Amino acid sequence: MNTSVTIAGVTFKNPVMTASGTFGSGMEDGEFVDLNRLGAVVSKGVANVPWPGNPTPRVAETYGGMLNAIGLQNPGIDVFIERDIPFLKQYDTKIIVNVCGKTVEDYCEVVDKLASPPVDMLEINVSCPNVKEGAIAFGQKADALFNITQEIKKHAAQPVIMKLSPNVTDITEMAKAAEAAGADAISLINTITGMKIDVNRRKFVLANKTGGLSGPAIKPVAVRMVHQAAQAVKIPIIGMGGIATAEDALEFILAGATAVSVGAMNFVNPYTTVEVVDGIEEYMRRYQVEDIRELIGAVE
Amino acid sequence: MPQKKKTTAVVRSQTKLSEGIYDMWLETELARQVRPGQFIGVYPTDKSTLLPRPISICEVNEEKTALRLVYRVAGAGTAEFSGWQAGRQVQVLGVLGNGYPLEAGSGKCVALLGGGIGVPPLLETAKELPQVHTFLGYRSADTFLQEDFARYSTLHIATEDGSLGTKGNVLDALLKSGLKPDVIMACGPMPMLRAIKQYAEKEGIEAYISLEERMACGVGACLGCVVKTKGIDAHSHVHNARICTDGPVFNAKEVEI
Repeated sequence: MNTSVTIAGVTFKNPVMTASGTFGSGMEDGEFVDLNRLGAVVSKGVANVPWPGNPTPRVAETYGGMLNAIGLQNPGIDVFIERDIPFLKQYDTKIIVNVCGKTVEDYCEVVDKLASPPVDMLEINVSCPNVKEGAIAFGQKADALFNITQEIKKHAAQPVIMKLSPNVTDITEMAKAAEAAGADAISLINTITGMKIDVNRRKFVLANKTGGLSGPAIKPVAVRMVHQAAQAVKIPIIGMGGIATAEDALEFILAGATAVSVGAMNFVNPYTTVEVVDGIEEYMRRYQVEDIRELIGAVE
Repeated sequence: MPQKKKTTAVVRSQTKLSEGIYDMWLETELARQVRPGQFIGVYPTDKSTLLPRPISICEVNEEKTALRLVYRVAGAGTAEFSGWQAGRQVQVLGVLGNGYPLEAGSGKCVALLGGGIGVPPLLETAKELPQVHTFLGYRSADTFLQEDFARYSTLHIATEDGSLGTKGNVLDALLKSGLKPDVIMACGPMPMLRAIKQYAEKEGIEAYISLEERMACGVGACLGCVVKTKGIDAHSHVHNARICTDGPVFNAKEVEI
């Protein structure tokens, strides 16, 4: 039975990864799961300098999910290279570094610094506000997404995954823009912008007022967008959005994803990733699937 | 360091202590490794409410086979917990957080200050420290855990409405008692903790305060529950400590609240 998948020349032992920001660099969740069992660890977003993030409250539970407005708190690329990459290199799993920034130059600075460290792929978070262009997220305008993808590709030593925002009118336009600019893969979906109000206090629950919705509540939206993107582009897709079980992961694969990421459910059940790996293998045995690649986009 | 785990616990008993305050004993292997001031995550079974609820540990039984949670019903999750009856199997995550530094209190005059739902996490601490003074603050004479604390410590009560003990807050009760503690260990609402931090700094008293914040994972991964710190934090190097893992107990001097 083959569970391995290949994206842009990088082979993963299985298609199960961690969604950026839900697993740190594996140090915390590594107390619960064996990181060697994962296809890849996708790091929390890392910027050129440390980011303090947003004021608290930063998280709020919602029906079947949660909102977060962490604000991409991170120690910056220098600490990350010195501490987090050597930690992850102890394990037999692939390392995907998620990169965030406020300007194209910020992103490229991080990407440049990652040229020599032993990193397998880069994932670019384009849901950050572009401070030079009216603070609209890079990933919300096709031309801005095209430009940043093209610039990053000029600097990147590793294959580049563009992580798409679902907060757009037409996800296929964004997928096509990333592909046209040379992205090696796309991942989707990032969180859906939401809001929660405390009716007793008549105040916003999150200090940031808005936050990103994640968790099982968003899964149908994510599956639909992965399917749409898979019809629109040829580059591989990493699907995510509310995956809690192997069945959820398989929905994404059948919709057209080559790999999947477990996100918010890491916060709920820290064993989710490994349970999904085991469950996919069980499914393959049950339906006598020899090679997981037979399932990619196999929905009829 | 003991490994954190998500595991099954069994409800041994559930009692209502006061309006909205419940007392639940859980049989769990996690009880073996508890330090006073730590907490666990308790999972609602309703799948619309997914996240573990961080609830501080009130005490551990002598055999270290069960732990006691005294909690306030604050939302859908805790409302569900309050309906759990003996024998029910539930999911818990733990043991989480650092707990109070008992060694800082050894051989010293220690005052424990608890306000409202900040009272329960101090009970195990009171059991561990000899000759400790406890100051508990409530809204009114509708108190809880008063007898438990009286068993292990010299107890002082404050109530907001003056219906029992000193009228005012725990700090008023401490001042009225004339006690000059070397060390304060406290848990309670933020205004109370701010006042304790100020008082302790003015009087040169060492103070350890337990903080609360909205959190998702409870294990240090989500970065939801941060508090501003004086020094650079080890995780993100940005003056933001994680309450779930670097805390919930902090030296009051080190946090900016």
